[in-house]
Formats: sequence, structure tokens, C-alpha cells
Amino acid sequence: MFGRLTWDAIPFGQPIPLAAGALVVFVLVGGLAFITLKGWVPYLWREWITSVDHKRIGVMYVTLASVMLLRGFTDAIMMRSQQALAFQSQGYLPPEHYNQIFSAHGTIMIFFVAMPFVIGLMNIVVPLQLGVRDVAFPTLNSVSFWLTATGALLVNLSLVVGNFSRTGWLPFPPLSELNYSPDVGVDYYLWGVQISGVGTVMTGVNFVTTILKIHAPGMTYMRMPVFTWTALASNLVIVAAFPVLTATLAMLTLDRYLGFHFFTNEAGGNVMMFMNLIWIWGHPEVYILVLPAFGVYSEVVATFSRKTLFGYRSMVIATMAICVISYMVWLHHFFTMGAGPNVNAVFGIASMIIAVPTGVKIFNWMFTMYGGRVHYASPMLWSIGFMVTFVIGGLTGVLVAVVPADFMLHNSLFQVAHFHNVIIGGVLFGAFAGYTFWFPKAFGFRLNERWGKAAFWCWFFGFYLAFMPLYVTGLMGMTRRMQHYDVPEWHPWMLVAALGAAVILAGIACQIAQLVVSIRHREELRDLTGDPWMGRTLEWSTSSPPPVFNFAVLPQVESKDDYWRREHSPDRRPEPEPQYHAIEMPRNSATGFVCAFFASFGGFGMIWQIWWLVIVCLVGAFATFVVFAWRDRTEYEIPVEEVARIDRANRLARAQARAQLQAAE
Amino acid sequence: MTAFEAGAGYGGQNRGGGAGITFGGGSEPLVSHADGTLASRRIIVGYGFWIFLLSDIVMFSAFFATYAVLSGETAGGPSGKDLFNLTNVAIETACLLISSFTCGIATIGARARQALMYYGGMAATFVFGAGFLFIEIHEFVGMIAQGAGPSRSAFLSAFFTLVGCHGVHVTLGLLWLLTMVAQVFAKGYRPDILRRVLCFGLFWHTLDIIWVAIFTVVYLLGAG
Repeated sequence: MFGRLTWDAIPFGQPIPLAAGALVVFVLVGGLAFITLKGWVPYLWREWITSVDHKRIGVMYVTLASVMLLRGFTDAIMMRSQQALAFQSQGYLPPEHYNQIFSAHGTIMIFFVAMPFVIGLMNIVVPLQLGVRDVAFPTLNSVSFWLTATGALLVNLSLVVGNFSRTGWLPFPPLSELNYSPDVGVDYYLWGVQISGVGTVMTGVNFVTTILKIHAPGMTYMRMPVFTWTALASNLVIVAAFPVLTATLAMLTLDRYLGFHFFTNEAGGNVMMFMNLIWIWGHPEVYILVLPAFGVYSEVVATFSRKTLFGYRSMVIATMAICVISYMVWLHHFFTMGAGPNVNAVFGIASMIIAVPTGVKIFNWMFTMYGGRVHYASPMLWSIGFMVTFVIGGLTGVLVAVVPADFMLHNSLFQVAHFHNVIIGGVLFGAFAGYTFWFPKAFGFRLNERWGKAAFWCWFFGFYLAFMPLYVTGLMGMTRRMQHYDVPEWHPWMLVAALGAAVILAGIACQIAQLVVSIRHREELRDLTGDPWMGRTLEWSTSSPPPVFNFAVLPQVESKDDYWRREHSPDRRPEPEPQYHAIEMPRNSATGFVCAFFASFGGFGMIWQIWWLVIVCLVGAFATFVVFAWRDRTEYEIPVEEVARIDRANRLARAQARAQLQAAE
Repeated sequence: MTAFEAGAGYGGQNRGGGAGITFGGGSEPLVSHADGTLASRRIIVGYGFWIFLLSDIVMFSAFFATYAVLSGETAGGPSGKDLFNLTNVAIETACLLISSFTCGIATIGARARQALMYYGGMAATFVFGAGFLFIEIHEFVGMIAQGAGPSRSAFLSAFFTLVGCHGVHVTLGLLWLLTMVAQVFAKGYRPDILRRVLCFGLFWHTLDIIWVAIFTVVYLLGAG
């Protein structure tokens, strides 16, 4: 009846997972009960869960990412404290548990923190920057989000029911094959990532179509803001890379479930084929994450330098160059495979070449700041912190692209330090810069700057304290993922790294405090102008938060940085009231949520091999598809009076706020 | 007013003096947030669906690459030469190609609102698609019965996965086909339904393209 699922799956004998699991269940059930008792369910259902509004979906993505960041960071703290304690001792985490923790940390941070964070920012910003009312396929967008949430749910469920993978953030065979990982850990990984990966492919399709096909009048390609360009590049990479992940995970699943021989040691299977396939997805994935972050920096640096971005064209070309070259470097993850000097040389050189367009970008940001009136608001701090940190990470990256050096450093903590250097310093700082930068747009009030700056400095120094020691121990020969060690020279560095993690924890605490303080003082932080930063692009031309239709009348775009041009031209005068029209918007749809419901139970059924549940869920998913397709009314009309009323109120509020600002100056 | 043809070509180039911005739906009928016209919604939906199909082709390319790597790894078991029956494969290919032709007829029929052409075309597509699937399953069952199942060797794992993945696509296509017939029957030739018929056609033809590659790479090279 319940497949492999028995009471043994609940970790009654292990105090740490049991306590953590109980806490999660308590918080989840408590939260749901609180929401229900407060009577918020209808509101949440109507305004958020079934919403197909790109801004709402974006906020939900970022919320998911933030919650998962706490989970992933808990794993990080446990790892750092284990390694600080486990010098000539076993520490407090048994290997079996420690292995799950580093696997869950990587999986969660990449798939359920970094990905939803950048996709969330794209959701909030891209349609606004294009000057349009939604993405190409709004309901599909909601499905994408809910499938991502399903993946996160399954991965976290492994905390309570069963266990998680012990194979690292990528399930390398033969360790991940049934012989060596007979329990459900790898299956949790496979189904969690597979389901969220499908959602990501849908996001890619949606955004490529949106950016290439749907624009405000006059928004030509070479007038698109750089963030939108990087979003385009990132989604092109998603469309071309994620299907490979789907195929690779499907093959491993077939190996495990039906005794196939893709990656096994026997019957002709080829383990290294998995490495090739997974990194053909895995390396482009890095650029999927970092390209939108580059876009955020481009917007932030230009805005807070009060200058147009230096080298817009070269920025676009560099973005698209990275988009293409990202596919030609995957083998540098396993130079030690033994493909021979010629193959390794090609991939080594390609890996160095990809540093060139990245360098172009760094210089562009620096020249944007040069001669500008730089305002050190917290988004700008994140950006400058990024530039410093990312250059170091990029240089160590070029270093490990040198094949002989890579042979020495492969699988050492040097690698761990390198990719945290680029992912924290590149992706996460970018995500936080974008979060602070666009928060007022999404919610109508700014975030507290004091706490924001404190958070930045804690993260910045915490990062250096936590990861520079790993470079050193890596060079001293310490391999990654060690549960304990006996080398006295490593120990002090591990203590420093643990201290760094504690400082980062302080940074996260500051961010939580920032959010709480800002919500409590939201009236003082209220932004009525819609443009709290003197922005340059179209998202700042509408109110904060924007009305559901974004723009009462689609903007007519005449140049790059069109909003800045209009706002700051010498002969600026108040724009006459436009002629309003009724607007049709997509109706809410529960399709995404219902899909995720069936995907969650179906995935759970697959993990525990409860076949009847799988069949029920497949039938349910098809039925959902048919019911959705059967809808007769898919849009609703916002009458012209309503559009006029909302827009007039917004215009009035903006005009008054600006007049006040000018009077204050 | 908010008029701008989002279709075809460069964003922002105001084709035809600017009429109708369109936000289109996927296979879902969606939103022209202003006075959208059918043509541009068709373009957006078709374009988006093509991007999806490209991603599907990328997925197949991973399976093809795997098959190419593993095709010699028979682990002492049967090879393609021992297993493939080219007559069967020829019939399969004929079935699929004819079904693609009838699918084209059905698409034209839907656009012309010719019930006979549409339903007839769809019915023929279903029959030939199901015929293809029947032969394929028959082939698979026969191979498994003689001990050449997917767990026999890496070659057979790759074979069953690549060809089977195409077969799963055909199965889903048949389900979609029935849904589309039911939709037109229940709701008529509505624009959103016509767009879905268009997407179904794209999907079905793509399966053909993939089959041509499978036919060549797996069967012709394997049997030769």
C-alpha cells in the first residue's frame, strides 16, 4: 500500500534530524494554523496562490528563495562548525549525517535559493522594463513557480521522512547508483530537482518569448535595459541547458528504478558520460545565475552614478558572448578525467576566454562610476563589494583553468573557495542588490538603509573570513567534504572559517531585522513618487507598487534610458493626461497550484514507490490540463473608468510627492 | 492606442503603423491586454511553442549523444544487427510520415472550418499514430521476451530510452489529439482552440523530424 514507506523512515533514533524535522513541521503547521485562524486563506488564495500577475509571482519566488536561504545557511553553519570541531575527533555530526548536509546545502543553494531569486527578480522587473503588462504566458508562469516550490518541498521533506542524498550536490555515479545508495536519498534529489527543472524550462520558454516578442512601442532590442538583455541571455541558456539536465536525471532514474545500465560499472555503462552530461548543463547553469546578477549591477551602477551605463553595446555583446561560450567550457570540471592534453587545452583556453567578456563588463561598470556622482546607497555597496570580490573569484577561476594547476587543486577546498567566491560575490550579492533596489517598486516603501548597510558589511567581511582560509587549506592539500581530519596546520584556518560563517549569520540577522524594521516603519519609508532612486528605466515610470496592469497606457519609447530622458530633459513639462481605454487582463488560475499538488504527491509516490499514488496523480495532472483548456473566459476587462481612476490617483500622488521633494530641495 | 503589433521581427518596429499590442496565451487562450489581433497572438503562441520544441529537441540530443557513446557497449549481448527488423521499421516510418501528412490536412481543415477535413484528418492521424505505437510496443515486447530488455546492456538501455522517449511523446501526442478533437467538437473553431491545433501540428511534425533521426542513427546505422 505504501511502497517502501514505513515508520522506519521517520528518524526517531537520531536527535539532530528529529529535532530539526520537528521544528520544521511545527513552524509549518503553526504557520498554516495561524493563517487559517486569522482568516487569511481566501485572501492568499485569491491574491497570491492563484495569481498570474508577474509581480506577485516574482515576490513569491523571492520569498521562497529567502526561506530556502535560511535552510541552506543552517546547513552551512553546521558544516563549518563540524570542521572547526572535527580536528582529531569525530565532531558532532556522524559521517552519514554530515554527507547529507553538504549535499542538501549545495542542492538547496543552487536550485532553491539562487535560481528562484534571480527568476523572481526577472519576473518582477522584466515586463516593467519592457513597458508591457505581463509575460507571454501568465498561467504557465504560475505553473513554473509552483513546480519550483514542489521541488523545494520534496527536498525539505527528506528532513522528516526518510533521508537525503549523500552524494554531493550532483549525484555522481557510481555512488548514486542503487548498489551504493540503496535508500531514498538520491530519489528525493532526483524527483525534487527534476520537477523544479521542468518548471525552470517553462520559465525559459516564457521569458525568451516575452523578451523577443512583446515590447512597448519603440522598445527596440538596442533600447532594452541591460537587465532585460541579461535575462534574455539567461533564459536562452535555460532553454538550451535544462533539457540536458532533465535527460541526465531521467537516465540515472532509469538506472535506479528499472535496472538500466547508463552509468553503472557493469554491462557497458559509462560513469564519465554522467560527468559530461551533467556539466553540459552544470556549467551553463552558473551563467544562468550570474548573468541576471550582472544585469542588476548594470542597472544599479548606472542609477547610483547618475550616468548612463558606459559601453551599453559592449555590455550587450559581452552578455551574448558569455551566453554562447558558456557551452564550451564544461570539461574544465573534470580535467582529471584523462581526455588527453589536446582536449584539456581546448577547454582550458575556452575557460580563460570566457573571462574576457566578463572583464569587459567589470571595466564598463568602473567607467560608469568614473566621473559620475556616486551615491553609496546599499544596492551600490553590494555592487562595489561584488566588483572587488568577483575579480578575485574570477582570477582564481582562470588559475584553475590552467590544466596542470587544476590537477593539483581538483576536489580541494581551493575549488570550494573559488565557486563560493563567484557565487556569493557574484550571484548572491547581485540578488541582494536587486532585492534592495526593486523592493520599493514591489511594495511601495523602501528598506531601512542602516540595517541594509550593516547587513552588507557583515556579509562582505564574513565572506572573506569564511572563504579565504579555504583557499589556503586547499593549497595545503585539504580535500573538500571531509567529515574529520588530523592535520594540525589546517585547524586554525577552519576556526577562522567558522568565525566567518558566524559573521555571515550576523549579516542574515541584519537582513531579517531590516525587513522587520522597514515593515514597521513603512509609512516613513513610503515611496509615492514611484521612483525613489532617480531611476533610468521604465519600471520607475509607474507607481510603486504598480497597478495590476502596470501601465495605464503603454509608454512610447524613443531612446535608451527613455524614462530618464523624459524626466530630466530641460524642457520637461507635466505630461497631458492620456486617453484611457479598457484593459483586458488574464484571469486568475489555480492551474499552477493544482499542478504542484499533483506533482508533489506524484513525486512523493515515485520516491517511495507508491505506484497507485503515482497513477492517480498522473491522471489528475491530465485532468487539470483538460479543465484548464476547457475554460471559456480567460480574461477579464478592467473598465475604462477604473483604469482612469487608478491612473489619475497615481499621477496625482506622484506629482504631489515630487512637488514636496522639490520644495524640500 | 496601445496599439502595436508585437509579432514578427524586431521589437519596437512598429509594423503597419501600430495596431494592437498583444499578449498572448500559450496553449491557453490569453489576454490581448488591449485590442489584440488574432494574427499576432498566433505568432506569440507559435513562437513560444517553437522555443519549447527546441528545448525538447535539445533533450533528445542528449539521448542521441548517449546512444552514440553506448551503441557498441553490448556487454556480450545482442547488437542492433541481431535485433532490428528493417521491414518493421519501414512500416513504422510510413505510418508516422502518413500521419504527419494527415495532421497537416487536419490543420488546414480546422483553419478552413471544414469539419470533414478536420475530423477525418485527425482520425487518420490517430489511426496511423496508434499503428506506429502498436508496432513499436510489439517490437519492444518481442525484444524483452528474447532476453534483450533494457537492463541487458548499456546499448539496450540507450536504445530503449531514446526510442522509448519518442514513443512516450507519440503517446502524449495521441492524448492531446483526442483532447483537441473533443475541444473542437464541444466549442467549435474558436481562435484559441485553433492556436492549440496549430501547436499540436508543430508538435506532431517535430516528432516526425526526431523519428527521421532515430530511423537513420539507430536503425539504418545499427542494422547495417
